[in-house]
This record gives sequence, C-alpha cells and structure tokens, in this order.
Amino acid sequence: MKTKLIDKIERDQMRMDIPEFRVGDTVRVHTKIREGDKERIQVFEGVVIRKHRGGANATFTVRKVSYGVGVERIFPLHSPRIDKIEVVRRGRVRRARLYYLRERLGKAARIREKI
Amino acid sequence: MVKGLIGRKIGMSQVFAEDGTVVPVTVIEVGPCVVTQVKTEEKDGYRAVQLGFGRAKPKNLTRPMKGHLEKAVSLLETKEYPKVLREFRVDDPSVFQLGQRITVGDVFSIGERVDVTGITKGRGFSGTIKRWGFNRGPMTHGCKNIREPGSTGCATFPARVIKGKKMPGHYGSERVTVLNLRIVDIRPEDNVVLVRGAVPGSRNAIVLIRKTNRLK
Repeated sequence: MKTKLIDKIERDQMRMDIPEFRVGDTVRVHTKIREGDKERIQVFEGVVIRKHRGGANATFTVRKVSYGVGVERIFPLHSPRIDKIEVVRRGRVRRARLYYLRERLGKAARIREKI
Repeated sequence: MVKGLIGRKIGMSQVFAEDGTVVPVTVIEVGPCVVTQVKTEEKDGYRAVQLGFGRAKPKNLTRPMKGHLEKAVSLLETKEYPKVLREFRVDDPSVFQLGQRITVGDVFSIGERVDVTGITKGRGFSGTIKRWGFNRGPMTHGCKNIREPGSTGCATFPARVIKGKKMPGHYGSERVTVLNLRIVDIRPEDNVVLVRGAVPGSRNAIVLIRKTNRLK
C-alpha cells in the first residue's frame, strides 16, 4: 500500500516528456553514457517486449537481435539517463509479454504493424 | 540546536540519484516537534530537552500527563497535545523555550549522516532459521529434520547446554538502531526526510532520528 506522501515523492521523480508506447512497438532509446568526464548518447533500437508498471519504478524491456545474438535491456522508464525515446513503429500484438520472441528468429519474429 | 527529532516511518520507495542510479529510501515524517520540558544541570542534574511529537486526544491522556504538558501546550498555536515524548541531550538548554516548535529544516540537512532508532516488527516465537539464520536440513530422502535446530552441544562433558546457545524463542519487537544512514532528500513542506536504506519498524512506527557520531 502506498501512502499519499510516497505517491507525491514518486510523482516528483516521474518524467512527463516520455511518449506513449506499447508492448510490441519498436522504439529507439537514446541513453546518456558517461565515459570519464565526457558524455555521449547511445541508441538502442528494438521491440518492447515487456512493460512493468509501478509509478516512478516502472521499467520496460527492449529486445533486439545484434549480430545473431539476442540482446535485452531493461530501462527504468523515468530514468534521468534516458535522453529521449522515439517510437519507430507501432506493432499489433495480442499479448502483454512477448517472451515468445525469444524462441524465434528472423521471419518468425516479425510483428504485424498496427494500422 | 538539538541533535535529533522524533519521527514516524511512512514506508519505503526509491529515487533517482543525479547520475541516474536508483537509490532505495525510507520515507520518514520527522517533526515538527514541540519542546515540552527543558532540563537543566541545576534543576535536573543533566542537560536535555524533552520533545513531543504527534497529536493525542486530550481525553486519552492521564491527568498527570496533562498536567505535565499543560504549560507547553498553552503556548502553542494549535493547542494540541503531543502523543510521544522523548528526551534528547543538549549542550546548552538555555536556547530552548517551552512550546518551541522544531522542524526538520532546523536540525537536518541533505547529505548528512544519521542514526535511526525504532522498534522492529514483532515476529513472535520464531525458530532458529528465521531468528538466527541457521541452515535448514534436506527436504527429501526421508529426512525429518527440515527446520530443526540440530545438536545443541556436546555429550557427557560438559553435560549441559552452553549459555547463550542460539535457540528458538521470541524474535522482533526490540529496539534497534541503524547507524550512519545518508539523508538523500529533505522536504520541509511535508516534514519528510528520505533516508538511504531500511529502518526498523513497520509503517507508522515511531522512530528517533539522530545525527550520527560514528562518521567514518
């Protein structure tokens, strides 16, 4: 159970500039990476296979296949490390968790586009 | 100024640090506390202030308690009786006046280290696994000693169990102090302090939050 005070604290943490996206969408996540004292931006593009709710603690998982190896990254949705999120493509899926993509490769792992 | 205040544990949450790492925090409502008594060397033999916190219905207070609080409460704007009284040692009690309100911002600042004292959650009569972290026995292959404490000592010599042997018994509901916690954030408008890490007690439990003297 969350009290009003905790809710208030968590609301202050939340970012309002994050675009709406859903499971099955393809997104590009721009993350700030610090190397020494330099900061640069890295882009991670893939399919959102899970959204974990929970106010300021919400996360989402992005999956991509990189050189034949599946890579999944879990991002805190409201992290200040995220520069921006772009939605590349809206996907039509019938599940909230797309774990079945892990067993599929190439053509079988396609997601129909939402019109 | 006083070195600590009385507070109430609200619960736990997490916040993002500046570099993006997630910090687990306990939300504590601290103060505002009211000075209910000033104890001086001459009068009481030691120097301290007694602080009050919370709100009690006058009908729920005993007459002696009411009499003790009367003067301080009459000096307050709210005229509310505090529910919890605790004493804090101070170097110079002359700076405190009866009925003075002390808020979070007066005492603590962000980044400071504090000790938090509270009463842990009561766990009743607990076995050795929960109470002392013993290992459990095998679950299968016909074993019947799954959560038993095992042997409690030797045999003919010394023919007794050594004192202090860890055994099942009452666990929890004890006063525990967690040392050296960092204050992550202070919100004076809500009288709230965010402290890194966990703090003893359940939600709404009364805790004491004190400046640490064990800084490394």
